[in-house]
Amino acid sequence: MTMLALTIVILVWTLFPVYYMVLLSVTPTNDLFQPALYIDNPTLRSYVYTMGQDNPFVRYFWQQLLTSLTVSLWTMVLVGAIAAMGSFAMARMKFRFRRYVSGLTLFTYVIPSSFLSIPFFKLMADYDLIDTKLSLVLAMVTFATPYALWVLSDYARSLPPEIEEAGAIDGAGTVATFFYLYVPLIIPPLIAIGTYAFLYAWNEYLYALLLLTGEQHIPLPVAMSNFLTTDNAPWNLLMAVSTVYSIPPVVLYYAFKRYLVGGLVSGAVSGT
Amino acid sequence: MSRTVREGGLAPPSPVAVARRWPAVLRSPTLQGFIFTAPLLFLFAAFVLYPMLSGLYAASDPDSYRAIFGDPVFRQTVSNTLWYVIVAVNVKLVLALLLSGILDYPFVSIRVLAALFLIPWAIPALPGILSFRWMLNSQWGIFNHLLTKLGFQSVPWLAQHDTALAFVIIFHIWKYLPFWTIIFLAGRRAIPNELYEAAAIDGGGVMQNFFSITFPLLKSLYLICTLLSMVFTLGDFTVPWLLTGGAPGDTTHVLATLAYRYTFAMGRLEWGLSTFAVALPVTLLFIGMLMRWVKI
Repeated sequence: MTMLALTIVILVWTLFPVYYMVLLSVTPTNDLFQPALYIDNPTLRSYVYTMGQDNPFVRYFWQQLLTSLTVSLWTMVLVGAIAAMGSFAMARMKFRFRRYVSGLTLFTYVIPSSFLSIPFFKLMADYDLIDTKLSLVLAMVTFATPYALWVLSDYARSLPPEIEEAGAIDGAGTVATFFYLYVPLIIPPLIAIGTYAFLYAWNEYLYALLLLTGEQHIPLPVAMSNFLTTDNAPWNLLMAVSTVYSIPPVVLYYAFKRYLVGGLVSGAVSGT
Repeated sequence: MSRTVREGGLAPPSPVAVARRWPAVLRSPTLQGFIFTAPLLFLFAAFVLYPMLSGLYAASDPDSYRAIFGDPVFRQTVSNTLWYVIVAVNVKLVLALLLSGILDYPFVSIRVLAALFLIPWAIPALPGILSFRWMLNSQWGIFNHLLTKLGFQSVPWLAQHDTALAFVIIFHIWKYLPFWTIIFLAGRRAIPNELYEAAAIDGGGVMQNFFSITFPLLKSLYLICTLLSMVFTLGDFTVPWLLTGGAPGDTTHVLATLAYRYTFAMGRLEWGLSTFAVALPVTLLFIGMLMRWVKI
């Protein structure tokens, strides 16, 4: 009985804000100012307006979506490449300053990215990179790489030592061993950390707000928060955009759940 | 270019492979390690170390510290940040530890619950915050609507300091509770079952199990999670900024949002940098502790 009550509390707590978001997104504008737990005549008009860019607030919806997508995909590709190379060195090679690399990685993972946001903004301004997607991609790659590197290195350590031996027998150099023997073996975790990097960039708000300006250049989350600066924001429209924006992460999180927790903490779990 | 043949090679290398082999200098492990970690090192140097050092250098003027410490908004902000970090993180982690115990039961219904429970974590922060904001709207929010229906006074949730800060904390717990619950769930599953079986023979109850087996074994994980979550929360910008934006009257800022306000709304770059510099000693202490405890 207590268990049932507890379950209901947990479900309401967890789902109500999400339910309310979706509910608002299908609320006709006339009913917006009559709060209720459900609505009698749901409409998809907000979605139609959003998709058709048929309202000043969503004038550049597709372009903003494309910006979010471009930044996230570039982050994914670069994080994958850098972490694949790094993990090869960290897990399969012995070299003198390896300890320092892992220290720096941990430091970057832990330091709150907001602490670096203002100097980073200044740095980008000095190189005239404000308002370019490149600046945002660089920031996202920097902060998403440490976690990706751990997941890959962890995986790479579990691979048998025969990789290098096979490479040596065939007379392959380090570079050839990396491309032909190592990379094909780490494809599964590479997909997972690619997803992680994609989501990291997709969800980012602060750096996107700082580095990109102008309605046609900003990514979706910044455009959504700009709704808030007006007094009579069309909340049903905003919630329709919110719902669309939430779908890719929700799908990816559930698909790759297993890979997206752990990392740093998984080490701590097995260490206890 | 010198062509060296690897010693003790089992098969004679083909001429093509020999031609592709690196010169001796390039085969030093240190150099190879450096080449493969060069992109990483570049990122850290250019976008972590350099911004941090240049930020600290620009914030080295004692006048800007005098100025921000004299600012009542800054003092309020420090207090808000402490409340946010200490209350939000600890309440969240205690709840996560307890909930992980519930979600560990092997029933189908619990599995479904556990899956649904992840939704706040899967949804980006921004849509969640927007939903909370509209629910808390004084005039048209569902909270006040239900309160007045039940005969209570409506509350200006986000228009007064205490409740606004409370909802920043509540939102943080809503959004991040699932993540830490899964972490503790993984920790619980790593505990060997024999321990509980032995305890059952001795007639241990649920509470006794928790205090004599589960908690002692999860203690160091719990501590690491606390430190990690505190450092992350210390720098949080998105939740306070989008939920309250510092309103009402700049009373609900945290360090990150105040630094943003100093820098971009007031044009005081060095104040913004100093705001972060104030939090740096604590942050570095926590990071130092984490780096000693976490093995990677």
